[in-house]
Amino acid sequence: MSVQPATKALSARDFKSDVKPVWCPGCGDYSVLSSITKALAELGLSPEEVAVISGIGCSSRIPAYLNSYGFHGVHGRATALATGLKLSRPELTVLVTGGDGDGFSIGGNHFLHACRRNVDMTYIVMDNRVYGMTKGQPSPTTEPDWDNSALAPAGTGLRPFNPLVIALASGANFIARAFSGDPNGTAQLIVEAIKTPGFSFVEILSPCVTFRPDQREWKTDVHPSPVDPTEDIGRAARRLMTDDGFNLGVLYSGHRKPYALNFDASVDSLSDLEQQFAV
Amino acid sequence: MSDSKTINSVGELLAHARVMETEAYECYQDLAEQMEVHNNNEVADLFRKIAAEEKKHIDKVNARAGDDDIPHIAPWEFKAFETESHGLTGAREVHYMMTPYHALSLALRAEERSYDFFTQVVETSNDEKVLEMARELQEEERHHVNLIKVWLDKEPKPDEDWDEDPDPPVLPT
Repeated sequence: MSVQPATKALSARDFKSDVKPVWCPGCGDYSVLSSITKALAELGLSPEEVAVISGIGCSSRIPAYLNSYGFHGVHGRATALATGLKLSRPELTVLVTGGDGDGFSIGGNHFLHACRRNVDMTYIVMDNRVYGMTKGQPSPTTEPDWDNSALAPAGTGLRPFNPLVIALASGANFIARAFSGDPNGTAQLIVEAIKTPGFSFVEILSPCVTFRPDQREWKTDVHPSPVDPTEDIGRAARRLMTDDGFNLGVLYSGHRKPYALNFDASVDSLSDLEQQFAV
Repeated sequence: MSDSKTINSVGELLAHARVMETEAYECYQDLAEQMEVHNNNEVADLFRKIAAEEKKHIDKVNARAGDDDIPHIAPWEFKAFETESHGLTGAREVHYMMTPYHALSLALRAEERSYDFFTQVVETSNDEKVLEMARELQEEERHHVNLIKVWLDKEPKPDEDWDEDPDPPVLPT
């Protein structure tokens, strides 16, 4: 452990807004909110240096609970919004927050291309394997035999979406999994994700205590990954083949150069911008 | 506890104490807000009362440091409770219909964990100044544990159907 002089001006509390969260008591998203604020404080950032973009859903409410810039956007389109923001304001630290339904179903296509583009941002998905805000429908990551929903009484029978596999195959430069029950470990992973250039993806297992009370048992299911992070995509892929969905830690940390604009965006007028696109 | 988990200086001990007390204080405040949002004002008031006690602990830790800066440690560098984060690990077990009995039971577990932390320091440190400070902090935590126990003894145990909601959020299957 490195003990350093107390030079930090802001605490995690300074990143919280005055808006009280309306999540269900016991929801994992409270811990994730805490982890994000801790991570930002540890990085020595100030609220005006950070923008948090979200889509729709319980976890997408996070920008309202933060003191940074925020945009509670359109369902599934958070990564697209964030991409535009980061390219036009590259000095900002851009986070994207949301849930599994928002990110992998409605926003599934945007997720693929955000990984592929590798713009420098961090995408935090609070995965509870259910649509909580709309009262408990199965999501893309729901187990095929989960039948405790009036809306899918016999389970979906569908193969779940595997976010880490998709992120790796699509080109994300940093991939990790965390558990909301370990807010400090989660904060550490978020710090690593933000510090790694390019598109960083962090799946956080965040129980929905109302519609998936069975997920309270996740605290006994999760375990640290037995292997160190790798920068080898092939090795990361092989690890995912034996992943039980509860390995925590960094899976992959690569060295792809982040996408950046290759034209001058500092134009004064629309006609100047048009000139750059002239054929 | 391995050597890497040993507290080596008074500054480091105070840093750990401050992180622990601050997290507990903020967590109780958060829990109070959660209960207010769900109109469970009795438990919200109780969490605020416990938070006020935690605030006294933070002030005492800061006072002990005097004019010296307490070093900063990252939350994940905390030297104890490896399997679970310090702070209120039961915070995810709260319920919008929880009773004061539940709230105090949660608080009691948290205070006992804090007491255990300082006990670990007392048992593992070889530095006389660290030991002296750790014993003081341990004694304070013992007092806090006893205080919560007194409060808890005054609360009736909840009925078995305490969480029965006539208008439940979950659709019947």
